[in-house]
Amino acid sequence: MELLVASAIGVLTAGGVYLILRLRAFPVILGLSLLSYAVNIFLVSTGRLAINAPPILNKYADVPYTDPLPQALVLTAIVISFGMTAVLVMFALGAYLEAGDDSIDMKDAEEKDDAA
Amino acid sequence: MSHWIIAPVVLPAMMAPLIGYVMRHDIVLARVASAASTVALFVIALGLAFWAADGGTHVYRLGDWPAPFGIVLVLDRLSAMMVLLTASLALIVLWHSIATGWDAKGRHFHALYQFQLMGICGAFLTGDAFNLFVFFEVLLIASYGLMVHSGGKVRMQAGLQYVVMNLAGSTLFLFALGTMYATTGTLNMADLAVKVPQIAAEDSGMVRVAAVLLLIVFMIKAALFPVQFWLPGTYSNAPAPVAALFAIMTKVGAYAIIRLHTLAFHPGAEPTKDVVTTWLFPAAMITLTLGALGVLAAKRLMPLLSFSVIGSMGTMMLAVAPVDAYATETALYYLVHSTFSAAALFLLADLVVSRRGSDLLDARPPVVQNGLFAALFFAAAIAMAGMPPLSGFLGKLLILDALREPELMPWAWTGILVGSLVTIVGFARAGSMIFWKSTSVKLPEGTEPIQSDPPPAPARGTEVAPVMMLLALLAGLAVLAGPATGYMRAAANQLFEPSGYIDAVLAPVEKPEQAEKPEADPLHDAADPLAEEEH
Repeated sequence: MELLVASAIGVLTAGGVYLILRLRAFPVILGLSLLSYAVNIFLVSTGRLAINAPPILNKYADVPYTDPLPQALVLTAIVISFGMTAVLVMFALGAYLEAGDDSIDMKDAEEKDDAA
Repeated sequence: MSHWIIAPVVLPAMMAPLIGYVMRHDIVLARVASAASTVALFVIALGLAFWAADGGTHVYRLGDWPAPFGIVLVLDRLSAMMVLLTASLALIVLWHSIATGWDAKGRHFHALYQFQLMGICGAFLTGDAFNLFVFFEVLLIASYGLMVHSGGKVRMQAGLQYVVMNLAGSTLFLFALGTMYATTGTLNMADLAVKVPQIAAEDSGMVRVAAVLLLIVFMIKAALFPVQFWLPGTYSNAPAPVAALFAIMTKVGAYAIIRLHTLAFHPGAEPTKDVVTTWLFPAAMITLTLGALGVLAAKRLMPLLSFSVIGSMGTMMLAVAPVDAYATETALYYLVHSTFSAAALFLLADLVVSRRGSDLLDARPPVVQNGLFAALFFAAAIAMAGMPPLSGFLGKLLILDALREPELMPWAWTGILVGSLVTIVGFARAGSMIFWKSTSVKLPEGTEPIQSDPPPAPARGTEVAPVMMLLALLAGLAVLAGPATGYMRAAANQLFEPSGYIDAVLAPVEKPEQAEKPEADPLHDAADPLAEEEH
């Protein structure tokens, strides 16, 4: 279980970092999505890995429970990263429609003068 | 517990959707609402600053949950000062963008502006590390919209880079918070201050990793080497009033470093000792050098101003790096100065560039009111470069005075003095090229001077007023340096006595309902037996 989760986080992060370093907007968006998946799994695992344990304390019986806070954190993180990915796609689309190509680097200062 | 502490967050948060949805077709209505909201924010910030000046740490528990479990907002001298700085800058920049008509060049400027203020004020007030992340996201998502306000090809591309950079930074922030929670079991800053020193030696590596990750995240925001490269592209391509407002955004990163490393990772905490003192000083030195070289090398006015912002962040962080009370006091003084002077330069550049047609540093025929703009540029440039009589000189002098430790002094003094000289040369070159050389430009024989149609109008008094107000604030900061540094000394001393903050946040919540319950009220008691049982 630990190995599975740890290697999942590692593989997702490695893939995400590789894709972020690409030159075009689409792979970069995919890379940021992979990174956000990696960080979401990582956040869940910060409350220790527990199987079949509800995030609720039980005062009548000594049953296993899991830490509820990472679940709340990861829910917030999922919502934010989902919204941010949507914004990013809109930005990439806008830049692509304005500039005619989706490369993520910018041209030199001299060429900018026409657009300014 | 006073509800005024949350007002700087709630007020813009209520106004933004109102402006965005109800007033989106009426720019006049949106302007009035946005201006009224910002004025109210300024008044509230002023009240909070006077309230915090009593030296107490005022805690606001959201939902009245006790501290390590619920989220708290905390008002002390530093956060009150930062909120007041935000509100005064916001008011001036808003005036400029209304007077010059920037806000009407695209949609939803005022709604995004209010969301931006909500995020910045929230980041300064919160006492919870994860809540800090949430407010960072609020201010970032609003800044994405403001950054590409009024559109354009280059601006969209620069905006895309800015978004990608900050999303990567946010992911790193989450990794840091996860690591922190996994080792300490808390994300409340005051609770962290208690838990971090108690970490067992074998786990201290994890806390250190989290502290370094957080430092990198805040260095991205504060534009420090090696993660400063996003700033010139962003600031020089953003609309000029937005770039002026962004002058406070780099300070959010600086604030977070100061707050966390005096509280959660305070110098006495063994696991995170030396994180800042080891890494921040060299990073700030290189940032300062890069900023000065960028000012000297820039071919355009807006990148030149952006690099001067980088240089001033480097200067300021030199004073944050030693983590002692006097150095922090000088850093706070320079923080206020650098915010206002950067904003003044960007607003002035907007007035000049919009009339000149280009921000290329070349000789062109002079624009209207060349003398007025030249005088204002001169004043703002000597403030930024750190020459007397404005506050930049005093700020740099204080920082030099604070960095007298033998191992820091040669580096810091050389860096600041040479950096200032290079910055002065860069600004002198830009100013003489734009304002002086332009008067000697001879048009070739037989050609008519190219007149844009209609010729650019001279700046009205209302358009120049925001720049003048910022320069007046800088002069005021220099004249009233005594009282100002007095407040900052008190703020820095409060930061280095974290026990007051920790006790105020973690104090047990009194239960008022038991005291309030009237004894001679049989009806109430009979009607509410369940409430009794719960107790």
